[in-house]
Amino acid sequence: MSEGFVSRGFRGRRRRTEGGDRLPPGQYLVDGFPVLSAGPTPHTPLEEWEFSIVGEVDEPKKWTWEEFRQLPSEEITTDIHCVTKWSKLGTRWEGVSVDTLLDGVETAAEYLTAFCDGGYTTNLPLEAVTGGKAWVAYSYDGAPLEPEHGGPARLLVPHLYFWKSAKWVRGLRLLGQDEPGFWESLGYHNYGDPWREQRYWGD
Amino acid sequence: MAETRTPRRKLLWRIGEVIETRPETPRTKSLFLEVPGWEGHKAGQHVDVRLTAEDGYQAQRSYSIASAPEDGRLALVVERLEDGEVSPYLTDELRTGDRLELRGPIGGWFTWETTEGGPLLLVAGGSGIAPLMAMIRHRAAARSDAPTRLLYSSRSREDVIYAEELDRLSAEDGALEVTHTLTRSQPPGWTGYSRRIDREMLEEIAPSPEQRPLAFVCGPTPLVEAVATALVELGHDPARVKTERFGPTGG
Amino acid sequence: MDENRLDGNAVGGLLGEIFPFEMTTAQVTCTSCGSLWRVGQTMVYGHDMGTIVRCASCDNALIRVGRGPDRYLLDMRGVRYLQVEEA
Repeated sequence: MSEGFVSRGFRGRRRRTEGGDRLPPGQYLVDGFPVLSAGPTPHTPLEEWEFSIVGEVDEPKKWTWEEFRQLPSEEITTDIHCVTKWSKLGTRWEGVSVDTLLDGVETAAEYLTAFCDGGYTTNLPLEAVTGGKAWVAYSYDGAPLEPEHGGPARLLVPHLYFWKSAKWVRGLRLLGQDEPGFWESLGYHNYGDPWREQRYWGD
Repeated sequence: MAETRTPRRKLLWRIGEVIETRPETPRTKSLFLEVPGWEGHKAGQHVDVRLTAEDGYQAQRSYSIASAPEDGRLALVVERLEDGEVSPYLTDELRTGDRLELRGPIGGWFTWETTEGGPLLLVAGGSGIAPLMAMIRHRAAARSDAPTRLLYSSRSREDVIYAEELDRLSAEDGALEVTHTLTRSQPPGWTGYSRRIDREMLEEIAPSPEQRPLAFVCGPTPLVEAVATALVELGHDPARVKTERFGPTGG
Repeated sequence: MDENRLDGNAVGGLLGEIFPFEMTTAQVTCTSCGSLWRVGQTMVYGHDMGTIVRCASCDNALIRVGRGPDRYLLDMRGVRYLQVEEA
């Protein structure tokens, strides 16, 4: 067996951890913006794109791309943390607050599933995306969000591990019970708080 | 169709020793390994290589075996990627006498044995030549006369891996034809292809679909996808076009 | 064309950690479109969170592997059956 084997002279990429208290435990800083893909990159034409709020709501809501872009939007500068241990500080986004999208939505639901082109899903408690904590973002670093990073629009929930910031998001389904999404049903933590290092089930 | 029965086995990490390193081209280097207990391999298979740092950090990559099953030692060829984490270590740091953790051989679909016959169409881009070289070397060692055509895309003459060996093998064996395309720069007087592999080039080089060649395509993903699509459009049976994508940038 | 995907060969090592066979020649049937593939013919998307093996015809997720500390989690609901022929 090869337990304890060390490759002479191998250091791997430099893992920078200067970030003070802005870096959650176990994370390191990265220069680029890694792309983690679980499937083919969707390329939905904007004329066909719609965002909806559905499920346990009195009245479902839907926006076309034009209508969505008319909604009040915000500039967000925030730190993001991937469960695979890389973090980026001070990333700049532009998007519509989920509070804006849920404004006027009558619901008793406590959970939601974000659903996306390509079939990806992630689950969240409603309270994790309200109160100024989440957006649907269409711009990154001053430019339209590229398809490989989730464009035309992705969910942005920076206070949780970044797999919760679902790429190619097309809507939120509000639910009375919690339904584990794509990664949550594959061993990843149901909530995903980087500050409590909630990476996997049982953490 | 290839034999697909597989014996039971455990895929374990083991340690090989680097017995030689050899620069092949400005960007690539061959590593020759001795792996105690190595049980042999089929041309086309790969190994997973794992590097471990002092602090326990690990990085893992797959490399096709370039040596024939008949060779005594295992050969890998590594292309140094500018931004790479593993390849610069393997090309710049690793030296004779060092040990390398690996497991394999892996793969039962992208393989060829002389018993399968031909004709063969081998299409390579850059370091994608590795598994196809194992097939060409196996074919030579086993004295197979399966008609074989290699179409090999490289940036320039200096970047052609195994250039002399391919020249020699094709000169010695009339049933092996090697065609190069040099996509970025060509030597003075070059009369060969000087563009990316496309449908027209494949139509000129490949055996006709009626001959039912077995095609193996390996290299950067854009090349592999373009070639596989073109071969199917030209009428080749998709089940006889086998692909090994190396990813966006290569090995 | 998706630059992020590799051929089924690329999942041979990971599946070889779980099953004691060369898995790239195993046959799988897609529950979504019914096509039959050798694992070597599928499309593989892999990174540090896990590896997803997709149908080359309809992109249905055939096999999903999540990695955790000392754990593999295999979701094979996209596969009707998986067949390995032992030599």
